[in-house]
Amino acid sequence: MKYLENRKYIIQGIFLLVGAVFALRLFYIQVVDSSYKQAAETNAIKTIIQYPFRGLIYDRNGQLLVQNTPVYDLMVVPKEVKQLDTLRLSNLLELPLDDVRERLKKARGFSYVQPSIFYQKLTTQDLAHIQDNLIDFPGFYINARTARGYPHQSLSHALGYIAEISPKQLEDSTYKGYRPGDYIGKSGIELEYEKYLMGKRGVKYKMVNVRGVEKGPFKEGAYDTLSIAGQNLVSTIDLDLQAYGEKLMNGAKGSIVAIEPATGEILAYISAPFYDPNLFTGKDYGKNYMQLLQDKDKTMFNRPIMADQNPPGSIFKLVQALIALEDGVITPKTQFACNKALVNCHPHPSPLDLYGAVQHSCNPWFFQAYRLLLNQNKSKNTFTDTSIGLKDWREQVLTFGFGQQLGIDIPGEKKGIIASPEMYDRVYGKNRWKYSTIYSLSIGQGELGVTPLQMANFMAIVANRGYYVTPHIIRSVGEDGKPLKEYQERHYTSVTPQHYEPIVAGMAEVVRAGTARRANLAKVGIEVCGKTGTAQNPQGADHAVFVAFAPKDNPKIAIAVYVEHGKWGGQSAAPIAGLMIEQYLTDTVTIKEQEKWVLSREYLNIKSK
Amino acid sequence: MGAEQQVLPKYKVATRSSHRTPNLLTHHLDWVTILLYFLLVAMGWMNIYAAVYSPDNIVNIFSMDINSGKQLLWIGLALILILVILIVDYKVYEHLAYPIYGGIILLLLVTLVIAKPIAGSRSWLDLGGGIRLQPAELAKFATALAVSKYLSSVNLRQQKFKDQMVLAAITFVPPIIIVLQNETGSALVFGAFILAFFREGMSPLILIIGSVAAAIFILTLLVPKLYLIIGVILLMGAAVWLDYRLMRRLKTMVAMLVLIVGMIFSVDYFVNDILQPHQQNRIKALINPEADPLGYGWNVTQSKIAIGSGGFWGKGFLEGTQTKFDFVPEQSTDFIFCTIGEEHGWIGSTVLLGLFVFLLIRIVSIAERQRSVFGRAYGYCVASIIFFHFLVNVGMTIGLAPVVGIPLPFFSYGGSSLWSFTILLFILIALDANRAKDLAR
Repeated sequence: MKYLENRKYIIQGIFLLVGAVFALRLFYIQVVDSSYKQAAETNAIKTIIQYPFRGLIYDRNGQLLVQNTPVYDLMVVPKEVKQLDTLRLSNLLELPLDDVRERLKKARGFSYVQPSIFYQKLTTQDLAHIQDNLIDFPGFYINARTARGYPHQSLSHALGYIAEISPKQLEDSTYKGYRPGDYIGKSGIELEYEKYLMGKRGVKYKMVNVRGVEKGPFKEGAYDTLSIAGQNLVSTIDLDLQAYGEKLMNGAKGSIVAIEPATGEILAYISAPFYDPNLFTGKDYGKNYMQLLQDKDKTMFNRPIMADQNPPGSIFKLVQALIALEDGVITPKTQFACNKALVNCHPHPSPLDLYGAVQHSCNPWFFQAYRLLLNQNKSKNTFTDTSIGLKDWREQVLTFGFGQQLGIDIPGEKKGIIASPEMYDRVYGKNRWKYSTIYSLSIGQGELGVTPLQMANFMAIVANRGYYVTPHIIRSVGEDGKPLKEYQERHYTSVTPQHYEPIVAGMAEVVRAGTARRANLAKVGIEVCGKTGTAQNPQGADHAVFVAFAPKDNPKIAIAVYVEHGKWGGQSAAPIAGLMIEQYLTDTVTIKEQEKWVLSREYLNIKSK
Repeated sequence: MGAEQQVLPKYKVATRSSHRTPNLLTHHLDWVTILLYFLLVAMGWMNIYAAVYSPDNIVNIFSMDINSGKQLLWIGLALILILVILIVDYKVYEHLAYPIYGGIILLLLVTLVIAKPIAGSRSWLDLGGGIRLQPAELAKFATALAVSKYLSSVNLRQQKFKDQMVLAAITFVPPIIIVLQNETGSALVFGAFILAFFREGMSPLILIIGSVAAAIFILTLLVPKLYLIIGVILLMGAAVWLDYRLMRRLKTMVAMLVLIVGMIFSVDYFVNDILQPHQQNRIKALINPEADPLGYGWNVTQSKIAIGSGGFWGKGFLEGTQTKFDFVPEQSTDFIFCTIGEEHGWIGSTVLLGLFVFLLIRIVSIAERQRSVFGRAYGYCVASIIFFHFLVNVGMTIGLAPVVGIPLPFFSYGGSSLWSFTILLFILIALDANRAKDLAR
């Protein structure tokens, strides 16, 4: 019997062993393995992001450019879905059956008990239809939030758009604090001013039960934060002028940039073809975006700041003349003959002084002036001398904002190209090139690339007689309305103010009696100063350029108009600029015959000589 | 009272008191066990309140609208039961063991016939007035009594086939009826009697074979069949290598191998073809709950999350989120342990484990000091039943046992189970208090 009595130890031992195994197992899941704590949080603590109202954007006169409009998302809580008729749901949403299943799978993968977006951005029409049927789909409900809305369909390229943050951005530490599904500025002002516009998100932690029903705040709301609305922006854009410019450019390709010279404020910013920014807010965002991205007219190409591959043409003669005056190699009285042996020209009186040369855009005149500028006999060797001259010239050109980013508050700005000795050394070899190699620079052709923004900025410089303020499209952020500090500084060029006067005088003649008579506003008492240009285009008809500012004294607007395949600056770009100037300065258009001419697009049919 | 005990020898007191109403409340009661009982019942009651507590709708712990209020009523009735058990002549339990057993069998059968199915189970007897009784719970103590009675009349060690068969019949008739009632969980409990049989002389081989069979059963579900068979052969080879004499038993070894391989295949067949889908899922959930955390793995996954989120110190009384917000099913009954784990952490859980282990060891000591085989066997039956509940109930919440719907003794919400365990335990306490009256056999 004794040995049977000893079995009590075995039995008690089993009890102790089981107790110890349980205690160890508990120690593992409660103390060692922390994954259960996280799982518990995702289980029972619902994080409710309070999306702040994104900042609005107004034009310079207080007209609304960008607002927030309600959109509706179809949400799903997988656990509550009962007896789902996928076929009916697929008909209701007009989605393929497989897609419905895929979305449902994705939602389950995200969370079984917490809601996730099943279908995004229902329009108001869709909503009415779907909401009526939703009663038969337990687990599905509509969630309203705000999306961007554009009451005027204008300014697409400058405003940019917002969209869901990309997986790549989520990994980027710059975007810390963003979550999947958040909306973020993707281009234009929306991207540049994201940190102001987005505001500050609030978070509420709520306890939820297994059915997702809220059971009150977590820890009495100790960790909750309130959302703070984004700051409103005031743009420098004049919406009326912008809309008018878009009307003029509708159907054409090219750019218009208008700047208030004294402040650097951009009054109009047109990249044609343009698009309705509302295309990027609806549920067809992806489709619309791809369509625009791939179209042959390159609609998504932000021309005013990105089109830097084409030479500026004759308008660059003004830059050459200014630097030549500054360097003292010419005076306003300097005369050159129109020697067509040097470079081709068109019929006009000869010889001409500086005023006449600007007015008639005489190619040989600038050939000779630029030769004096580059070959100042700083070296006996003509090759070296040209190299030294080109280097000095380039330094001065850069002070005009060419060949570098101006620093506009729209992302994606290109630098442009300004010829440099290094560039030619690479192509021809050191001391293997001289003025006769590079003379086409004198008339704005060759190794030059200037964006329309840089052209307009150049006009602001001439209007200001020697300086510019960094062009910008946002004047102020938030309630205080104070102009942004970044855009107060004047950037002076290398050319002293007095040298601008003869250029201005010549430009006035261009419009009064030269190549740009279509921009003449003398009958409403506005003296416009301008210069036409033609950018050679190896791919087709030449591009037309016209830059101008007005009035001549105390200028209020500087403008650059670039019409692709517009052939003659005077025929296409000049009347557009004239119309824009009159619209801006007087709020009306009297040169109706020019408006009719522009809208007829007949300038595209003019035969080249 | 201590002084009285010192003065009077135990034998004298016992023989004297047998002639008058025994002074049970002052003499010989095992207060340690009683204290453990009340501790567990009180802790259970608090945790039932915590399990049903809802911060946005706070209800008093005594409210009869919630489980904690009702449990207090069941506890009150249990106290009356305790008094009755202690007052009734202790000999009744031994003398009436078979009639009680027979009565319960009858009750089980009646229940099977007349009970309306509740959640697929025909085990609840409606007593009217919203009160329901689960006779399967009562079958535990009745079978314990009958088994003990029979053990006291035969000598198990003599291994008479007929005696063993009778014993097996006593043990397995109730669970068979209970299985028919669709209460498989409660039926499994009767397997626990094997511990009591072991103490009373059953060959340890049966215990070992049982353990090996259980191990093979679980391994079959975990490991591919081929690997398992190779493993068994290697193990046998190693045994022979260690002790060459085993070669003489080659036939036995080959027979064992055939048996094991046969079992491996039949387990596969049993699980996939015989078990009902919900039973299959419970086993699959034990093996790999992550395979379907929202389906069959839900209970185990959520239960582990609740317990695991408690950490070392726990979240504090009424501060649990997982148990409160219905993530864990059956929080106040079968998964009550989750509430402890979540709100009282590792410390609280370990204290509870300690209390149970202490209680079990104490019961074994009580059993061992009985002078009658009946008393001792009954003590072991009590320990076995409580141990099995403890093993499976706590085990399933931490993913070490399949999800079987049986309560945690004294702790889980429910009148039938509380009374059943109270009767079970206090009959032992009554026997123990009167042990001196039995002559040593």
